[in-house]
Amino acid sequence: MTSPLTPSPTGRTPPGMQVPEREFTITARTQGQMVRRRFLRHRGAMLGFAALMFVVLISYTSIGFGPVPGWWGLDYTSTGVLVDEGNPSLDVIPYLDGDGLSVGKHPFGQDQIGRDYFALTMRGTQISLMVAFVIGILSTVLGTLAGAIAGYFGGKSEAVIMRFTDLLLTIPVLIVAAVVGNAYGESGPFFLAVVLSLLIWTSLARLVRGEFLSLREKEFVEAARAMGASSTRIIFRHMLPNAIGTIIVSATLTIAAAILIEAALSFLGYGVRPPDTSLGLLISTYQTAFSTRPWLFWWPGFFIITIALSVNFIGDGLRDAFDPRQTRVRA
Amino acid sequence: MAAYIIRRLLASLLILLAASFLMYTLVSFSGDPLAEFTAVTDPDQKALLIENRIDALGLDDPFFVQYLNWLGGATQCLVPGSGCDLGLNLNNQPVTALVADAFPTTLQLVLAATVLSIILGVAIGIISAIRQYSAFDYTITFAAFLFFSLPIFWVAVLLKEFGAIRINDWLADPAVTLPVAVVMGGLSALFFSAIVGGSRRRRVAAGLAAGIAGVGVFAGLVASGWFANPGMGPGLVSLGAAACAVGATLLFTNLENRRVLATSLATAVVGVAVAYGAYGLLSDPTWVTLLALSALVTAIGVGIALTFGDIDRAAAIRASVVTSFLVGLLVFLDRTVSSFAAYSDEVNGRPIATIGSKTPNFEGTFWEVTLDTATHLLLPTLAIMLISFAGYSRYSRASMLEVMNADYVRTARAKGLTERTVVLRHAFRNAMIPLATLAALDFGAVIGGAIITETVFGWKGMGVLFTSALNKFDTNQIMGVFIVTAVAVLIFNLIADISYAVLDPRIRLT
Repeated sequence: MTSPLTPSPTGRTPPGMQVPEREFTITARTQGQMVRRRFLRHRGAMLGFAALMFVVLISYTSIGFGPVPGWWGLDYTSTGVLVDEGNPSLDVIPYLDGDGLSVGKHPFGQDQIGRDYFALTMRGTQISLMVAFVIGILSTVLGTLAGAIAGYFGGKSEAVIMRFTDLLLTIPVLIVAAVVGNAYGESGPFFLAVVLSLLIWTSLARLVRGEFLSLREKEFVEAARAMGASSTRIIFRHMLPNAIGTIIVSATLTIAAAILIEAALSFLGYGVRPPDTSLGLLISTYQTAFSTRPWLFWWPGFFIITIALSVNFIGDGLRDAFDPRQTRVRA
Repeated sequence: MAAYIIRRLLASLLILLAASFLMYTLVSFSGDPLAEFTAVTDPDQKALLIENRIDALGLDDPFFVQYLNWLGGATQCLVPGSGCDLGLNLNNQPVTALVADAFPTTLQLVLAATVLSIILGVAIGIISAIRQYSAFDYTITFAAFLFFSLPIFWVAVLLKEFGAIRINDWLADPAVTLPVAVVMGGLSALFFSAIVGGSRRRRVAAGLAAGIAGVGVFAGLVASGWFANPGMGPGLVSLGAAACAVGATLLFTNLENRRVLATSLATAVVGVAVAYGAYGLLSDPTWVTLLALSALVTAIGVGIALTFGDIDRAAAIRASVVTSFLVGLLVFLDRTVSSFAAYSDEVNGRPIATIGSKTPNFEGTFWEVTLDTATHLLLPTLAIMLISFAGYSRYSRASMLEVMNADYVRTARAKGLTERTVVLRHAFRNAMIPLATLAALDFGAVIGGAIITETVFGWKGMGVLFTSALNKFDTNQIMGVFIVTAVAVLIFNLIADISYAVLDPRIRLT
């Protein structure tokens, strides 16, 4: 089914040809243009994208990453003198409470040993984002490859891969992740991300396999095969572009889920370990401080929600954009 | 079908075998179960402790022998009557007994939350599908995305603070302060403006009226000391029962259908009469008494429907069954809530609990024990519900939208059926098919996923069993939890597939 956005049966207009002025003029668009257009018009997705970009930028530039220094003067390890009992100095309520907007020395406050909580939260955001994106990318690559091989070749390779995904789907992710994280969590957040992606690529593999099973029977694949294209070429040049919608949407939603899984694991104590920190670990560390220093609890939660929510909205926008049945752009 | 089920069960067994081996390997090599003895200073005692543990758990055996020993015990669980042995944990307690103790606790927590979130999620999903692109739809969509993105442990801590500690403080001395009034009025306004629908003016007007009325009713309740001694009393219960009857009638026909309306109302009257006729019997009943009484009311209702239903007999029976169920629920709630004052005294005025599944050593009437369970269930159930509710509302919305565009729905409309019949009898039933699958899968998964909720709220369920074992590298105990959750997932996967075939005759399982 073609989208009603391309009613012209002949496709694009030949270059140089003058399009006659009619009551309404229709320009043909490629599939990519249509998807991009639908995505850019999805208000929720654009807001989510802006919010995510803001969080990424502020977290990586403020305290710097690796050897690169950031613009925020304080770092997340050094303790200091408690200013105003560690209360946050950020003031975003303009003039209602008598003073104007201000950032102050410790906008997110300080913890009980005087560490700057803004720097700490930014460090946690960096690690959580890193873990989530590594999981998203790695499990997408793994799942796509496994699903493509299973769907395209069928037979023994399919049986092996699918039984393996059955196996992994039986075991609750949190339980395996906790066991692995408990034993090897010392090896750092990157390792944790790799382990988690080894556990959660299976659902994408099933989706991609389903897509490939139906694509395999399409005429254009048969045509490519008849012209002597190799299996690799057919998979990567002919079939994969047709499954890209499913893959991208699933990757986005995996990232959103990964943020929450990492946070949950770190909260239970099997994820990221001190001295490194992540948003989940920050909440876990300061949950008992809720009655005395509530801001230590609010900020990391706020950042987890912002990241997960904006990624979910981006995923929703992408799903709408890639859906060929989509005729109406959601406001 | 039988062949299919048997084949699936055999395949599940193989998967279970492979998964258990994978898991046993992972756990065995993840850490040292003797590590906790490194702190013992006396070398003789240390050697003795280590030796005892090695003996008890067979830690000297080669890895495969250990696994086969465990597997041998675990396989016995499959054969009824041969005893079930999941090994000993590090404290030499049998894991089978521990798991058997913990499982009902988890089930209680998960069952209530899942059932409630299915009912709520499906209802709201359908309303937002019917009113697609309305303000209600957008609000629900946004709320669902927000709930998806909430870390459950974060919500849980917030619930403890605002849902229990602050509410308990407030209940100790109820007063209408500005924030309380704003919250109550706002909630009431939101709820009613969403229910009313229609043009923006109508919604705003309804919201304003409901907001003011909400604050008024609330202030009245506070002033009359209702919160110290809540309950409905015979008058309000009768009114509520009548409303249930009208609602049940509306669900199946319309109010013009006097026969069905009269039957439902008669059932409601019978229900209230039985509830107050057997007042003494209900002061400290057992579940058996309760079930017998509600069966009696339902039977009388069905009898009335059969006798006077005439041409509308089918609808009348349905309506009176639903009515008797709702009235029973109402009476149950009323009696439970009425014991609040006594209960609150017994727990030192902190009725809403933040920790555990019941007050230790609590004894009281049936209603007080029920209330005790309910107040302990309240917060963890809310926490789980918030998140699964979002999924159900999204799925039922999508599925309902797809069905509402189907040809047979257009046919149903074209032949002149009322919108209610189209939505409830034609569209709703078909939209529920994919949801049955989802619910089964979700239920299997949530048993393993309640770990965090249990940890935060201190429920002694499977989650706590698991985390406590993990910290000590207690292989048998971890495997015990794992095997139960894995079996639950596999069984519910099978149920999901079978239910799909049962509900949708186009699907054949081969």
